[in-house]
Amino acid sequence: MSYTVRKFDAVIVGAGGAGLRAAIQLSEAGFKTAVLTKVFPTRSHTVAAQGGVAASLGNSEEDHWHWHMYDTVKGSDWLGDQDAIEFMCRKANEVVVELEHYGMPFDRLDNGKIYQRPFGGHMSNFGEKPVRRSCAAADRTGHAMLHAMYQRNVKVNTQFFVEWQALDLVRDADGDVQGVTAMDMETGEVVVFHAKATIFATGGAGRIYYSSTNAFINTGDGLGMAARAGIPLEDMEFWQFHPTGVAGAGVLITEGVRGEGGILRNSSGERFMERYAPNAKDLASRDVVSRAMVTEINEGRGCGPNKDFVLLDITHLDPATIMKRLPGIREIGLQFAGVDCIKEPLPVVPTCHYQMGGIPTNYRGEVVIGTDSTPVKGFYAAGECACASVHGANRLGTNSLLDLLVFGKSAGETAVEDLRKNPGAHKPLDTASIDRTLARLNRLNTQKGGSSVHETRLAMQRTMQKHAGVFRFDTLLKEGVTEILKVADDVARTEIKDKSNVFNTARIEALELDNLIEVAKATMISAEARKESRGAHVRDDALDTEETPNGRDDKNWLKHTLWHRDRNRLEYKPVQMKPMSVDTIELKKRAY
Amino acid sequence: MDDATRARMGRLKWHCRRALLELDIVFQQFWAQHENGLDAPTETALTRLLALEDHDIWDLINGRAEIDDPELTELAESLRIHCVATPLEPR
Ligand SMILES: Cc1cc2nc3c(=O)[nH]c(=O)nc-3n(C[C@H](O)[C@H](O)[C@H](O)COP(=O)(O)OP(=O)(O)OC[C@H]3O[C@@H](n4cnc5c(N)ncnc54)[C@H](O)[C@@H]3O)c2cc1C
Repeated sequence: MSYTVRKFDAVIVGAGGAGLRAAIQLSEAGFKTAVLTKVFPTRSHTVAAQGGVAASLGNSEEDHWHWHMYDTVKGSDWLGDQDAIEFMCRKANEVVVELEHYGMPFDRLDNGKIYQRPFGGHMSNFGEKPVRRSCAAADRTGHAMLHAMYQRNVKVNTQFFVEWQALDLVRDADGDVQGVTAMDMETGEVVVFHAKATIFATGGAGRIYYSSTNAFINTGDGLGMAARAGIPLEDMEFWQFHPTGVAGAGVLITEGVRGEGGILRNSSGERFMERYAPNAKDLASRDVVSRAMVTEINEGRGCGPNKDFVLLDITHLDPATIMKRLPGIREIGLQFAGVDCIKEPLPVVPTCHYQMGGIPTNYRGEVVIGTDSTPVKGFYAAGECACASVHGANRLGTNSLLDLLVFGKSAGETAVEDLRKNPGAHKPLDTASIDRTLARLNRLNTQKGGSSVHETRLAMQRTMQKHAGVFRFDTLLKEGVTEILKVADDVARTEIKDKSNVFNTARIEALELDNLIEVAKATMISAEARKESRGAHVRDDALDTEETPNGRDDKNWLKHTLWHRDRNRLEYKPVQMKPMSVDTIELKKRAY
Repeated sequence: MDDATRARMGRLKWHCRRALLELDIVFQQFWAQHENGLDAPTETALTRLLALEDHDIWDLINGRAEIDDPELTELAESLRIHCVATPLEPR
């Protein structure tokens, strides 16, 4: 199989919020920048984001970045790096205002300022009471954001390669990154994008679970590519289960519904969150709400014939408010649950939603490896595929869109700085990593008597759902490791019947599965090893004692996991407890 | 299916990969019923529908929006039956 080479200053994989934001930085600085994307940019998964983007603008009531920082550290269950968190919260107003200048049509207050609404875990005055911090554009926040940034990119001449699938990272013998190999879906042609700066912004991998709010596109390609190139994955045991996926379909009901006054009820109609989070109630942090829901269900207070969901009630809200502030929610209820939420409550269950872990980076967007966080030359990452780590063990709603803007920009800025320092020619291409891509494609094209992509993916999703869900058990996790490694063996021998080159979706999906399985292994193995509860990782055997509040064991486990694909080796690196300018937010028991 | 048809179907199938899970569910069910390809009018209508933005397609399917285009209206309405709740895993 042959390939051609194309040279760029920078190649960005991904045209969602993070990729588009990074690209603006590079193209504006005059660097020749290619953006590769599997789908048209404004069909990236960021489009699905409805709730909004967090910034302590204080348009409706007093707010401060330091309060936002406190909430984010607390939300992360102290696993987030406090330097990166300070950086993000301080930058929030700047990037939101920039976005406004790119043309983002935010909802407005009567005085013309950006309308803000409350969101889970966002509080004023260091955790006192909910605060209005989320900026939204009706239910199309993500969509409007991508449009604004795509237009900006067109203006500054970013070169888009739409319907191209990046396959592998090109990393030379020194460990430096030199670009990616990619396939043009339209022709099946393989091209090496040779670049001095490579930025991954490939989004999440929520499809490793059977029940997920994520669209099918979220297959963790960046994580798979990084893992195959010897880059570890950080904190992959931490997956956010969103409290309100429609029972069955998994389709998300935005947290904005609870922000506007929606209430969770059990089978006896009780507003049970009052017992679990007396202060924040239904707007407590997502992991707290999800756990409360599963506890209600496990203790027999679930609803429906199988008592396997709870209810999200907005029947007390003015229908006009629902239609104005939460458009689209009614239709989701009608179509996927057969329920009119104006008259009846919606059946909901915690559903896999967001990956807190990812490719390890620092706040500058540089990919870093080892326990001392050494930057990998030429390699940057941002957005859901990256772990900066601002979300730690649990992300707050609306902090992801903020992460895309802040760290997309930061990764772009750092790449610009590095390119300016290094104006010389590209380092000669390392062909060994290109050969590995070709061998992988060749294996897939010639496999006989192999496994089915569909069946194997399903086996992976069921294994993850059963063995690494909202509550985790030692024996289930141990069995889960054995099971997922078995599934991985099947992934290594997938077979496709259709060998054609033009829009061969069977091949695309097989290649995506190669990536999903790396994420699944990383998740299961990291989860099995972490013997405490923290944020979204909750083990039933981690006891709530004075020394280990809520099962969190800071003495032994206040550290980031790094999973290596090679022999599934784990190492750990310290959490950055020192912020940039303010005092450390000291460890304490998390309660809402 | 000849190569040219297969290529066209492949492209359409890929264009059904959307940003919204709602649409993925609908189109997955749709293709499961059309494994052997589409008739010409459906192919044309689907190509046109897929050129719209995700939220607009979804609004046409769920009936929240209307479009002055009988072909797209008919296709969108026929897609509505595919809004199914995929069965949850037994717990
Ligand atoms: C239903 C839903 C609602 C949400 N609502 C909110 C919200 O209100 N607020 C909030 O803060 N967060 C929200 N989130 C989370 C947030 O939307 C995501 O974390 C975020 O949009 C991810 O953005 P991204 O730029 O990292 O990746 P994405 O937007 O997922 O983009 C990934 C890009 O990478 C490309 N790509 C991937 N693999 C390859 C490859 N191999 N080759 C080429 N290109 C590739 C894709 O084509 C795409 O362009 C929500 C998530 C979901 C699922």
